[in-house]
Amino acid sequence: MQYLLLIYSNEAQIAALDQATTAALMNEYREFTQGIIKGGQFKAGDRLKPTSTATTVRVRNGKTVTTDGPFAETREQLGGYYLIEAKDLDEATAIAARIPGAKVGSIEVRPIWFPASP
Amino acid sequence: MDPAPFEAVFRQEAGRVLATLIRLLGDFELAEEARQEAFATALEQWPAAGVPSNPRAWLINVGRNRMIDRIRRQALFRSKILHLERADADTRAADPAPGDENEDAFGDDRLRLIFTCCHPALGIESQVALTLRTVCGLSTEAVARAFLVGEEAMSQRLVRAQRKIREAGIPYETPEPPMLDERIDGVLAVIYLVFTEGYAATSGTDLIRTELCSEAIRLGRLLDALLPNRPQVRGLLALMLLHDSRRQARISPAGDIVLLEEQDRTLWDQMQIREGLAMVEEALRAPGPVSPYAVQAAIAALHAQAPHRAATDWRQIVGLYEVLLRLQPTPVVELNHAVAVSMVDGPARALDLVDSLAARGSFDDYYLLAGVRANLLQRLGRTQEAAQEYRAALARAKLEPERRLFARRLVELGTD
Repeated sequence: MQYLLLIYSNEAQIAALDQATTAALMNEYREFTQGIIKGGQFKAGDRLKPTSTATTVRVRNGKTVTTDGPFAETREQLGGYYLIEAKDLDEATAIAARIPGAKVGSIEVRPIWFPASP
Repeated sequence: MDPAPFEAVFRQEAGRVLATLIRLLGDFELAEEARQEAFATALEQWPAAGVPSNPRAWLINVGRNRMIDRIRRQALFRSKILHLERADADTRAADPAPGDENEDAFGDDRLRLIFTCCHPALGIESQVALTLRTVCGLSTEAVARAFLVGEEAMSQRLVRAQRKIREAGIPYETPEPPMLDERIDGVLAVIYLVFTEGYAATSGTDLIRTELCSEAIRLGRLLDALLPNRPQVRGLLALMLLHDSRRQARISPAGDIVLLEEQDRTLWDQMQIREGLAMVEEALRAPGPVSPYAVQAAIAALHAQAPHRAATDWRQIVGLYEVLLRLQPTPVVELNHAVAVSMVDGPARALDLVDSLAARGSFDDYYLLAGVRANLLQRLGRTQEAAQEYRAALARAKLEPERRLFARRLVELGTD
């Protein structure tokens, strides 16, 4: 199965980290990514720019409405993701637990919706 | 057709049949349907043909074949058919009648089923409902009744849970050692929840729901048989056996609560006590950190061993509650500790503890605290305050026998 691992964390807290800590964190992420590439579970993964750069689009009555945000009102914001291949939910959660962000934020594990095979 | 004569067979085999069908069919919901069809077919055929010599194998075969037929007919997903054909070939090659010669495989299937039903990715209420429905084989209606929800709502909860198992890829597997202990604790939490709701219902007309206590003990025994020599499993089983041994003495013929100190101890089930005591010993002697269930069981054991009320070793009980408080610092444990302290150091000292607990405001079931406070105040001769607390407890308690107990105490105080 494929799972999307959504990494939520407090972006204000991440932004406030000093340079050395940030570098160490990036290093942990690199090591983790290399690990799941070697393990054959990695499909895709990226870090997102902060929510201050986000734009929300809605189509209502045929009209496209574009707004600023969403704003960082909740405690944690989506900051990145991995798309992985895993045997089952237990393997997916075990991989999610190895994401460096799991120690400070939280990881949402969502199975990918595949259409039924022909 | 009167299903009564076959109900015992169905109840006994329900969990095993479903567990094996899940392995054969590779799908939880499909297996559940297969089991229902197998039971329905049995009801049609057994009255005339008699119960087959191996009813379990019969039910599994019929259930599997019905589902294979149906899937072929409906030409459902190609991958599913491939899976079934493989399973079909496997079982035919390995064992033409999957019967009792393969007890180990059945045991493994049931353990997998328990871990799937008690998976932490499901909400605790769903875990409990699924376990009772699929492992214990209770009807949806019985599970709904046990938790005082409508049958429709319970049925939806079960469907949602089964769907999540499939959609989220919750494995049908016994966890590997690094995860195993943690996951066993999750299973024990589910069993304990079933037991406590049966031992002292939170609402309704009856203090004890015997069927839930019995199911919890049955699950405990099953887990203990499938995962032998686990002190935490033994500890919980001992705890349940010892608490349940007092069942007959805990309610009067009129359905009123009889508190521990007033119970007729000759009504306690001595066989169950002996079995429980032996298990407590084992659980406490096992190496490694002691399980909170074993400590609770040790407290229950001290009560069970006292031939009469005055012989209760309260000093040791206080000590055990202090151990338990370190392992499990919850408000309910604190409250029970205070009650034990009142028996050693008197009600004044205990009231201090209860008041400090109340001041922290962390108590959800306030009526429990009010009930204990009222009792302590009564013993201190502070009648007016005691009456006030009994009234507060009465206003909040949802269980009828508990309300009657508080009302009785109010009458005894004679404050009105």
